[in-house]
Amino acid sequence: MDLLIKIVIGGLILGGIYSLVSMGLSLQYGVARVLNIAHGEFLMIGAFITFWLQENGVDPLLSILIVGPALFVIGFILYRTVFTSIRLRSPNPGVFESNSLLAAFGFFLIVQNIAVIIWGTIPHSYSYLGGTVSIGGVAFQENRLVAAAFALAVGIIFYIFIARSRTGKAIRAAAQDASTASLMGVNINTTLALCFGFGAAMAGIAGSLISICFPIQTNVMGLGYTVIAIVVVTLGGLGSISGSFIGGLILGIVGSAVSYTKWLGSDLAVASYYVIFILLLLLRPKGLLGK
Amino acid sequence: MHLLEGNKLTINFGGLTAVSEVDFYVDKGDILGLIGPNGAGKTTLFNLISATLTPKSGTITFKSRNITGVKPYQVCRLGIARTFQTVKIFANMTVLDNVRLAALFGDSKKPSEAEATKAAMDLLEFVGLVGAAGIPARGLTLGNQKRIEVARALASRPELLLLDELMAGLNQTEIAEAMDLVRKIRDRGVTIIMIEHVMKAIMNVCDRIIVLNYGKKIAEGTPQEIANSKIVVEVYLGE
Amino acid sequence: MDFSKRDWKKAFITAGIPVIILVVLAFFPMYGWQYGITLFNHFLLFVVLSVAWTIFSGTTGYISLATAAFFGIGIYAAALVYPSVGDRYPLFVVVLIGAAASFVLAFIVGAITLRLKGIYFAMFTFGLVLIVRELLYWYEITVEGRRGRIVKFEGNDTIYYYLLAIAAVTILVAYLIKRSKFGLALQSIGENEEAAAHMGVNVTMVKVFTYAVSAFFMGAVGVIMATKWSYVDPGVAFAPMMSFSPVLMAIFGGFGSIYGPVIGAVIFSYIEEILKTGNWSRYYMLIFGTILVVTILFLPSGLVGLIQNVWRRVMGRRRASA
Repeated sequence: MDLLIKIVIGGLILGGIYSLVSMGLSLQYGVARVLNIAHGEFLMIGAFITFWLQENGVDPLLSILIVGPALFVIGFILYRTVFTSIRLRSPNPGVFESNSLLAAFGFFLIVQNIAVIIWGTIPHSYSYLGGTVSIGGVAFQENRLVAAAFALAVGIIFYIFIARSRTGKAIRAAAQDASTASLMGVNINTTLALCFGFGAAMAGIAGSLISICFPIQTNVMGLGYTVIAIVVVTLGGLGSISGSFIGGLILGIVGSAVSYTKWLGSDLAVASYYVIFILLLLLRPKGLLGK
Repeated sequence: MHLLEGNKLTINFGGLTAVSEVDFYVDKGDILGLIGPNGAGKTTLFNLISATLTPKSGTITFKSRNITGVKPYQVCRLGIARTFQTVKIFANMTVLDNVRLAALFGDSKKPSEAEATKAAMDLLEFVGLVGAAGIPARGLTLGNQKRIEVARALASRPELLLLDELMAGLNQTEIAEAMDLVRKIRDRGVTIIMIEHVMKAIMNVCDRIIVLNYGKKIAEGTPQEIANSKIVVEVYLGE
Repeated sequence: MDFSKRDWKKAFITAGIPVIILVVLAFFPMYGWQYGITLFNHFLLFVVLSVAWTIFSGTTGYISLATAAFFGIGIYAAALVYPSVGDRYPLFVVVLIGAAASFVLAFIVGAITLRLKGIYFAMFTFGLVLIVRELLYWYEITVEGRRGRIVKFEGNDTIYYYLLAIAAVTILVAYLIKRSKFGLALQSIGENEEAAAHMGVNVTMVKVFTYAVSAFFMGAVGVIMATKWSYVDPGVAFAPMMSFSPVLMAIFGGFGSIYGPVIGAVIFSYIEEILKTGNWSRYYMLIFGTILVVTILFLPSGLVGLIQNVWRRVMGRRRASA
């Protein structure tokens, strides 16, 4: 029973973060059609901004209010300048996807290098909410539970925003059919850039929350989360934001279960995600909720 | 034995039934017309025949052989070729290479490079594009790009050719030339199914016509019968 | 057959110049310029990786980010089969083993992902390096109980000759594919895959096989680099940057031709050499990334494309004024 609680709660903790990160990537690929392999680097930047802010006395949870908008602006500008330019020059969507993939990887190099110059490559960490909370007799670290709760909350807020608001409607229209949406008065360039910006913001916030619980490192953190986000987005279905949310939770529980299995251990958690990825590609590339 | 036969073909996209229980056949040497309002399922039917899509139910039989579920390149090598509604030429390859590719890969007799080049040049002459052989395909007008598609389709030496709206976007002179081309293709021994909206062409060129509406076959017969059919008139006037 | 004077001239330029270059390069080590040899080894490594990458990704348009994985497999094959102590096969055989192992992995990866849209392929190949690395770490630590392996060290000259030979073969194969009907099929897949399939091209088979061929050379060159580095562990063998550099080099050089990636590889590996040994070593990812973004935005056909455009314009002007 103990083990079950460990796996499930542990899974939700991991899953909350995975969901948030993946929803961001889903927004960027599903709507703005950019497979942003620099996504993890935005997450890392968010983590480090929070780290730097907390060194200067800002509460890490409050720093989200700075990190979110800051990364939104960065993402928005990046899309509005570079990716929009690529989009306008690309003769067809396939070319746009390849070129934007390559440009994204250019940003991966740039962002990571900037972070390494500022903070170096050694792991950084700080303590925050170091107490433990007992659930069902099992002890969990307070910071992880809080981070997970925030991640889930932010994810849900974004989801409601997209499902209900006017901007959200524009986004969903653009996701379905960009050219028709633009004919109906949706400012496509701005809407797609908004999506990209939101995606970056979500990555940054996820990074902030991660920094609360785990040590962070400029040169290795990002890639791992990008790979996980890719698996989750495929599991949930390309283009489905709610799919990414659910997929993130599922993968979190799987990772948790694998971590606690004696013979396998936490090293193989990511490998197990890849096994799921392979199975998806073989059997159901559409994923759970994909179009 | 019909050259190509479709039995109760059905396919859905999400909640929409694009093609519903369609039966059809075409005999060797025929020119069969496929008409219907936009969205009736005509191109989808072509996509089922050329294996771009797999039907949810129903079978397709070519020369007495069940070809349902086969891959597109196999359909081509078995002897069915097609053109596309939105022209899908290889834009940055030369006109000659566009046709040569199909001659090299689509012909079940597997010609040598030299034979394929010769066959391609002959076909370019047939469609009137010999002078453009060395030009990248993207440099040609739409009408000429459609001719590339026809030459390319013929390069795999098919017994059956599917023409998808060959005459869309052409002016009166070009339409007359295209009608002529279709007849010349039939004279070479190729059976044809053509999707068209240009009624003049359909009525003058086809031996038989099938009418689709909302995925279902609503009428079938000679051009005369179709022209006189109340249902067809309603469907076309109603839109 | 009629060979006009123009045909002879063309044949001489196409075949003659590379052969001359090859002969000159083959005699290079005799001059004993050690730094030069090391530098050229660096060039040759990236020439192979970039050209091999272009054989598949440059033609079909499917961006593979798994170069590091196939390169790493070659390195690891050497680690397993060419140790510094104990029995080992001749180096030549080990190269073939490493190349074959990469071929097989690429074949499997291709068979799984190349039936699907290009984006799945990019996503899958992106994570492949990390996954193989994690698996090997787990295997080495848990099952074998060790951190790293030592590969028999080979001298600069041996490495040079092997790299030169591999590079020559890679370029030759790339050239032969491009000129063959197989190359035509690859190009058609890159132009319009759906149409190609309907014209009789077995697109999946062509893609998978070509991908495996490109991985073959990446694995071969991995074996040789292992003999240079000597110490090998999963982290050393599977470095994500090795997936990214060849892509950058091919894009910058222009992947429409074969000498595009060669030029890109030489230029960038030279820049990397300079940066790594100078004051700017901290900035090399930043510089590379910026050049990549600028290239995507302003130089879509790469350097070679730019040169070709300029050449055409110059030629056109000359003809007009004649």
